Amino acid sequence: MKYVDEYRDPVLIENVAREIKRTVDSRRHYRIMEVCGGHTHAIYRYGLRDVLPDNIELVHGPGCPVCVLPTGRVDDGLAIAERDDVILTCFGDMLRVPGTRGTPLEFKARGADIRMVYSPLDALKLAQDHPERHVCFYAIGFETTAPSTALTVLRARALGIENFSVFCNHVAIVPAMRAILDSPGMQLDGFVGPGHVATITGCRPYDFVAREYGKPVVVAGFEPLDILQAILMIVRQLHSGEAHVENEYARFVPPNGNRAALAALETVFALRPTFEWRGLGHIAQSALELRPEFARWDAERRFAVPGVRVSDPSAARCGEVLIGVLKPARCTLFGNACNPEHPIGALMVSSEGACAAHFRYAQHAAEAEPVSV
Amino acid sequence: MCLAIPGQVVEMSEQPMLVKVDVGGVRRNVNIGLLEDANVAPGDWILIHVGFALSKIGEAEARDQLRMLEAMGEDELAMEEIRGYTFADGPLAR
Repeated sequence: MKYVDEYRDPVLIENVAREIKRTVDSRRHYRIMEVCGGHTHAIYRYGLRDVLPDNIELVHGPGCPVCVLPTGRVDDGLAIAERDDVILTCFGDMLRVPGTRGTPLEFKARGADIRMVYSPLDALKLAQDHPERHVCFYAIGFETTAPSTALTVLRARALGIENFSVFCNHVAIVPAMRAILDSPGMQLDGFVGPGHVATITGCRPYDFVAREYGKPVVVAGFEPLDILQAILMIVRQLHSGEAHVENEYARFVPPNGNRAALAALETVFALRPTFEWRGLGHIAQSALELRPEFARWDAERRFAVPGVRVSDPSAARCGEVLIGVLKPARCTLFGNACNPEHPIGALMVSSEGACAAHFRYAQHAAEAEPVSV
Repeated sequence: MCLAIPGQVVEMSEQPMLVKVDVGGVRRNVNIGLLEDANVAPGDWILIHVGFALSKIGEAEARDQLRMLEAMGEDELAMEEIRGYTFADGPLAR
């Protein structure tokens, strides 16, 4: 398996790191955002910050599904869970995400029937097994996960299962990237593109970043060498004065994506006119909802959810961390009131969140201080 | 939740759209309805996400992905997820 070992070979990693050092312009500062939470986790886990020159700044992006979920949507899901006839199901990551009146785990302790599942199909199975109850699936995730929800809804329809619904919080990464590019004060030079999302979407949806904003995008895998190689490719593009989308992760990402998955998305979902993201505010056409023909499986149409917009705790500066203008450790709550055991903001909940990764791997790292420009 | 777990197809299922896969010795059914190329046979490797096969991959990529999960400290989570799939169990599963 020589081929695969290459991605973690220390000599190769050192070579790429050296090549990056040799290539960067010491008079220049580089701000590169890794969009995907999986990349954020890998960067901390492997200590990649330590092998990069000081003038390359890595900005952790919004690609963590629970991290971008606004408190109001957590409350809405929990309002459904409080109904006596409902079993609310969700992925494990959701259980500790705080809503205004507590986390799903705390609601469960108070008697709400909330169950963790590993697949939306498990939620559908639960509905089959409990015809006297209603089973609602709290759906979160980007384009990687949304097709699975779509196929589960199609299966519910095919089997005529009516005591099942989806509380849909699926979001799309591309509109979020555009919102970040349009946000005032944002000075990113390029993007490490999300590898797993691209296995579904292909690379074309990122073309606008290069075409309209003149910023390079390199879709990358999750090995240390993948990420370093992507950074080197971005730096080279910046120096050449060109901007395009490159695919470093070709071994997993088909150029046109997965057409079967995209077709399932298209059949079941439509774009919402607007959706609120934690830290980014409302973004037009950035989230999915069930099409009207699937209304009977849509929890929002079935149950009147409060739909209240809730501000984040004012001391928590999740929004600024999420768009990369504040480093996790510069938030006054970081590591004190807000920690992985008792998260206040969602960035502290998931291992893919910038704050949780920073807490776990780099509490004392140099990144606590701003990088000098 | 964004785990992509490699597994090897060990047998086809009588139930439509399901195949039995082996992940680190644990065998579970996964759904292949999202595969662009649904021509799956025992011995093939697939990438699994929340109960669905997302793509067919080569053996080298599969081993690559397994080691990556291990290096990221996510291999236990991946096994927990595979063990946790219940959708193809029981008399009501179709």
